[in-house]
Amino acid sequence: MSAQKAQIKEPLIRMVKRDDITPQKAWVIRAVAFVLSLVTGALLILLLGNNPLAVYASMVTGSWGSSTVIHETIKLAVPLLITAIGISFAFKMKFWNIGGEGQILVGAVAAGAFGLFTAHIFPKLPLVILMMLASIVAGGLYGLLPAVCKAKWGTNETLFTLMLNYIALAFIKYLMNGPWKAEGSSFPKIDMLVPGARLTKVLGVHWGWILALILVVVSYIYFSKTKQGYEIAVVGESSNTARYAGINVGKVLRRTMFISGALCGLVGMLQFAGADYTITESTAGGVGFTAITVAWLAKMNPFGMLVVSVFIAMLERGSNTIQTNFKIPASAADLLIGIILFFMLGCEFFITYRLIRRGKEEQHA
Amino acid sequence: MLNTLNSLFIAAVLAGTPLLLGALGEILTEKSGNLNLGVEGMMFMGAITGLAGSYYYEQSVINGGGTPSGIVSAAIALVVSFAAGTLGALIYSFLTITLRANQNVTGLTLTIFGTGFGNFFGEYIGQQAGGYVAVSQVTKDVFGSVHIPVLSDLPVVGRLLFQYNWLVYFAIAVAVVMAWFFNRSRTGLNLRAVGEDPAAADAAGINITLYKYAATVIGGGICGIGGMYMSMVTTSGVWVHDCVSGYGWLAVALVIFATWSPARGVFVALIFGGLTIMRMYVSIPGLPAQIYDMLPYVATILVLVITSMRESKEHAQPKSCGLNYFREDR
Repeated sequence: MSAQKAQIKEPLIRMVKRDDITPQKAWVIRAVAFVLSLVTGALLILLLGNNPLAVYASMVTGSWGSSTVIHETIKLAVPLLITAIGISFAFKMKFWNIGGEGQILVGAVAAGAFGLFTAHIFPKLPLVILMMLASIVAGGLYGLLPAVCKAKWGTNETLFTLMLNYIALAFIKYLMNGPWKAEGSSFPKIDMLVPGARLTKVLGVHWGWILALILVVVSYIYFSKTKQGYEIAVVGESSNTARYAGINVGKVLRRTMFISGALCGLVGMLQFAGADYTITESTAGGVGFTAITVAWLAKMNPFGMLVVSVFIAMLERGSNTIQTNFKIPASAADLLIGIILFFMLGCEFFITYRLIRRGKEEQHA
Repeated sequence: MLNTLNSLFIAAVLAGTPLLLGALGEILTEKSGNLNLGVEGMMFMGAITGLAGSYYYEQSVINGGGTPSGIVSAAIALVVSFAAGTLGALIYSFLTITLRANQNVTGLTLTIFGTGFGNFFGEYIGQQAGGYVAVSQVTKDVFGSVHIPVLSDLPVVGRLLFQYNWLVYFAIAVAVVMAWFFNRSRTGLNLRAVGEDPAAADAAGINITLYKYAATVIGGGICGIGGMYMSMVTTSGVWVHDCVSGYGWLAVALVIFATWSPARGVFVALIFGGLTIMRMYVSIPGLPAQIYDMLPYVATILVLVITSMRESKEHAQPKSCGLNYFREDR
């Protein structure tokens, strides 16, 4: 009944796909959405009885105000950025790798196997290289497993990679309680990495940040200038087209997921040897999930991911400051990130479509 | 031995109920073709709002000089947590159905948002309450085990089947209603059509947008109730930081394991619930406790791979799940 009615009358608002939109206009829409999300956050802060401007200002100074906090902010941004790059490899071919979390953890464990138990055998440089290779291989293989099943049987990769996160987490808990438990510790924890094997600091932060910047450039070139990068794009658009063009889809899936997992695994090693010096359940700490939103917001562009990851790191670091200054719980960071992401996800619609009100003349008829 | 098994069974039911509620919500959602990965977030939202609803109700009654009623308090928790779940699902629906955002990313964002929402307000209300937030004994009693005359007093069976808290029976009732709904009602069959092939359903005159919105939003509400179970029963009415801690994701896994069937969901929830607490009751020599924690996930992967190998159409995810429907792209 209602369907018939709807056919008779013209809908109040209808949408039309935009033929094209200038980059400036798209950015204006995104900027408006971003401001709106901050306003929403401000309303929430206001409801809690605080001055939003003061809270926001405190978040900025809390993340950029002194060299100590700048180091902290960058330390948060590095794993986010590298994981986002790793995940974008998979996402570009529409392989929904939400297993970054698990890949980070197995990378950390692989690095730990060398870092914790062979530090007395190898000098620092070969040890660090060994840890890197181990984490890359472990993360890569952990990413490869769902890709093999996807290529062979079409197994759903979203759920598969998700489950692998929890298996890795349980494995780390097992190591903490059993084989790797620190001697003489009354509660489950893994030993600290000896100071001699920790990653060297460059300008106050472990060199992972230099690696991250290099990866931004390298992945950009890989995506836009190489044959393999092109294959990823084609598979992402349509696997049938790819097959027709003679691309071995299974091979691309496996290769790309290995790279994706390997980069996440590398993050595990950086967190272990550069930031935490030990492995805990929170070594990945939600980075694998947050990185997905980083990659998505940046539209899979590595340079965009650099900006977004630094911004999110700023929110996370800043939220610690507002906890001490305003007694606003630090979980506010997650809340705010969620709100901003909702707005940014929603605004893409207005970039792709435009709305026409009833009675307005059609321009494209 | 028999005693241990009985205790294990009871503990499994208690641990499995929030998983069942989360999974039922997600089954309803996925049947409409929406893969909402925000279960964890919606459960967090339900957990804190349910607890807060009861807490503020009690406080207002006590401040007014009265004595709070446990049943009213529980009813408020139920309604408020359902509403919070629907709110989360509504954001998701608006973004994916109306604004056509990617389902995976939107769902994950909902999880991030909901986790932040739960922990933020949990700590905030705790601060206001002077330390931590907890409901009073009257409310706790309502969420304790029920006593059904005669039935609860039966030997063995009474203890095994008729002495749980009311949410356990509520969850099973939801599962039964849902099973009937999907298989026997016209609306349910229409909903399945929407999830399998929205274009065909659209051509048959089914209002795709309405079905998707309704299923996702109600599904989210059920997830919210599952979250409320965590804060009211599992942690006995006290807000514990990160209390949902992965149960939402386990519920998503359970959906696969139950192969999108609410009836099978009841049994799988029992198995999953059992696996999560088994280490406290049964110890297999040589198998460390943490390895038990892997079992539900390993089992889920096996089901996932085996169903994909057999290319089973009957026991697979609804076909359009994860994809948005654009009428003009038909």
